[in-house]
Amino acid sequence: MKYLDEFQDPALARTLLEQIDAVVTRPWAVMEVCGGQTHSIIRHGIDQLLSEQVELIHGPGCPVCVTPLEMVDRALAIAARPGVVFCSFGDMLRVPGSGQDLFSVKARGGDVRVVYSPLDALDVAVDNPDKEVVFFGVGFETTAPANAMAVHQARQRGIANFSMLVSHVLVPPALEAIMTAPSSRVDGFLAAGHVCTVMGTWQYEPLAERFRVPIVVTGFEPLDVLDGIRRCVLQLEGGLGEVENAYPRAVRPEGNRPAQVMLAEVFEVCDRQWRGIGTIPNSGWRLAPDYGDFDAERRFDVVELAVCEPERCRAGEVLQGLIKPDACECFGNDCTPRSPLGAPMVSNEGACAAYYRYRRPGEPVTARRG
Amino acid sequence: MPPITGTDAPVSRSLPVVDDLGREDGAGGGAGWSCPVPLRDHDRIVLGHGGGGLLSSELIEHLFLPAFGDAARWATPTDAHVLDLGHDTRIAFSTDTYVVRPLFFPGGDIGELAVNGTVNDLAMRGARPVALSTGFVLEEGLEMEVLGRVATSMGRAARRAGAQLVTGDTKVVEQGHGDGLYVNTAGIGLVPEGVDIQPDRARPGDAVIVSGPIGLHGIAVLSVREGLEFGTDLCSDTVALHGLVATMLAACPDLHVLRDPTRGGLAASLCEIADTAGVGIELEERSIPVPDEVRAACGFLGLDAMDLANEGKLVAIVPHGSVDDVLAAMGATDEGRAATVIGRVTEEHPRLVVARTGLGATRVVDRPLGEQLPRIC
Repeated sequence: MKYLDEFQDPALARTLLEQIDAVVTRPWAVMEVCGGQTHSIIRHGIDQLLSEQVELIHGPGCPVCVTPLEMVDRALAIAARPGVVFCSFGDMLRVPGSGQDLFSVKARGGDVRVVYSPLDALDVAVDNPDKEVVFFGVGFETTAPANAMAVHQARQRGIANFSMLVSHVLVPPALEAIMTAPSSRVDGFLAAGHVCTVMGTWQYEPLAERFRVPIVVTGFEPLDVLDGIRRCVLQLEGGLGEVENAYPRAVRPEGNRPAQVMLAEVFEVCDRQWRGIGTIPNSGWRLAPDYGDFDAERRFDVVELAVCEPERCRAGEVLQGLIKPDACECFGNDCTPRSPLGAPMVSNEGACAAYYRYRRPGEPVTARRG
Repeated sequence: MPPITGTDAPVSRSLPVVDDLGREDGAGGGAGWSCPVPLRDHDRIVLGHGGGGLLSSELIEHLFLPAFGDAARWATPTDAHVLDLGHDTRIAFSTDTYVVRPLFFPGGDIGELAVNGTVNDLAMRGARPVALSTGFVLEEGLEMEVLGRVATSMGRAARRAGAQLVTGDTKVVEQGHGDGLYVNTAGIGLVPEGVDIQPDRARPGDAVIVSGPIGLHGIAVLSVREGLEFGTDLCSDTVALHGLVATMLAACPDLHVLRDPTRGGLAASLCEIADTAGVGIELEERSIPVPDEVRAACGFLGLDAMDLANEGKLVAIVPHGSVDDVLAAMGATDEGRAATVIGRVTEEHPRLVVARTGLGATRVVDRPLGEQLPRIC
C-alpha cells in the first residue's frame, strides 16, 4: 500500500541495518522520545535486529502515561457528577486514578464518551444544552492545536456548556530535564515526528547546541525509525550534535504556523507535573486567562484532591529511560494491562504495554537477524 | 433411547468445587450467591467484559463456571457444544446475542448477523445447521419498518443457510433501556459422522489457514458508528460459512480445529487454540491478508487488524499433509477464494502465539484485553 508498505520493506530495512553496522564503533544510547516510536520498535522487533552497540532507550513521549495522577483524579471526579457528559480520547479510559478508572465511572452510571476529536465533543455540547460537556484535553504539542481550536470555537459560537480539562505537556523542556539529570545516559534523541509537524524543528536547535547532542526528527514506520537511528549514529560517530530532519515528508523547519498562532492565542505556558517524573518548569500549557471561562478545573472546583500512587510502580524510571519495563519487579505479574499499576501499562503508546504485548519475561522469542 | 451425553469440560477441571449455594468448599457462611473467585479490579461489569478478549474469558472462568458448578460440567471453551444422542447422531448446540450499533451497516444488518453468527458457531464444529430460535428484546418506540427489515433479513439468511427458524420470543423494554433492538439466536446442527473438530486437537506440524482478508467487519461497523471517513466504502464480510466448511471436510474429513474470529479477532482465536491445545503457534505476519483500507484505518486509529472482528472468516488448523487439498477446495468457493496459509503449529513455546514480523524479528501475539481503544495521536 502506498506510504505504508514502502516504509516496511524488509530489503531496505536490511540495507539500513547494514549501514548502521558499518559505521558504529562503540556503544551508543539513543532515546526515541515518542511512545508511538516505542510501539513501532517493539512491535516490529527493530531493537532485536539492531547492532548490539546501539541501545534504544524509551522516552517519556506517551501522553497518557505522563498525565499527572491528580489530573486523572480530577477527570474521574468530574465525570462522576450528575449532569456531566465527559468526553475523552479512548486510551484515557483505562488509565488508573487513585481509586478507579473512567471505565469504572461509566459502569457506575457516569456519562463517559469516547470521541475522536475535541470538535466532536463540541457537537455533543450543542446537542445536549442541558448538560455540562467536558473534554479531557491531554497530550503533547500534536493534539494541542485541535484542542485549542475547540475552545476557540466554543467561545466564538457561545457554547457555554462546554469546558476543557487541560493537561498538555511540551517536549523540549522534557528533553532538557533528561539531559540535565545526573543519571542521564542519553547520547542522542529521535525527536517525535508528529510533534515537530506542528512545532517545527527550530525549538530543538538550542538544545542540540547546548548539550552537543544529535536530535533527529523521526517518523513512525519501521524504515523511518531505522533511518532516524542511522542518522543519529552517523552524527555520534562523527562527533556532531545537530538537529536533523529525517521526516521531511511531514515536517517543515518552521512547523505549522497557523496552528502555532492558535496555540499562542488559547494556551499559556505553565509548570507541569509529569506523572512519575515530577514537576518540570515551563513544560505544559494551560488555558490563557482570556479563555478561563472554559477551564473545567475552575468550573467544577476540583483543584485540591488527595492522590495515591502505588509505591511499587516504577513508571517514572521507565519514562525517564532509566530502566526497561521488564526490569520492574511488578512487570507481568502484579502489573498487567488488565490490572495496571501505572499508566505506561495501559496506553497503546506506553513502553510497559508494548513490552507486555509483544514480549514476555522468559519467553523464547529471540533475536533473529536478517 | 440412550442417555444424552456430553464431554467433560477441560476448562472446569481446575475450577474450585462449588456447592449449590455458590460457596466454595469449606468457605461456609452467607446464604445466596457470592462471587466465588473475586474478579480482580472490577466489582461491576465494564464494557470490556463483552469484548471477546481476556476480560470476557475471565468472566466465564471466574464467575459463570464456578457459579454454575456441576451444572456446567459439559461446558467447553468452544463456540458450540456437541451432544451425542446415540444411534450415531450428534448435534451441535450454540447461542449468541447481538447488540450491534448501528442496526444497519455497510454489507449487512443485525438480523443477518444474528443468523449467520449462530450458523457459523455451529459450522465451527463441522455441523450443518438445522434449526434456529430467535429472541428479540425491542425498545418501546422502535419503528415497525425497522423491525420488519431486520426480520426479513433474518428469513433470507436462514433460507440461504438451509436452516428453519422454529421458535422465538419477543419482549419490549421501556424507551431508553435498549438500542432499538437486541437479538438472540440459538441453533442446533447435525455433525456428520467421523467429524471431530475441536480446539484441543491442534498438533505440532499442523498448518494455520485463514479463509480470506481480515478486519472488514470491525472497521466497517466502527466507521459508520463513529462517523469516520476513510475515503472508501468498506463492507462487513458477514456470511454463513457452513458451505465452506462442508467443502473443506470433503477435502479433509480430519480437520483438526475451526474457529470464526469474531470479537477479539484472529489474535483471540489463535491464542485460545494455543491455550486449549497446549501448543505454540507461529505466524508469518506478511502472509496475513489485511486489506489496504483496513490497514490504513488501523494505522490511523492505532488498532491492530488481528484484533478486529470478522463475521465471514474462519481460521483452520489443518494436518500438514492435507494443506494443498484443503486450500484447493477452499479456493473453489466464494467464501474461501482468498484462503491462505498464515503459519504453523509448533511444539515450541506452548500456549504462546508468536509472529515473525515483516522485518524478520519475532513478537508475541496477545489476545486483546477487551474493548479496542483508539489512541490519542
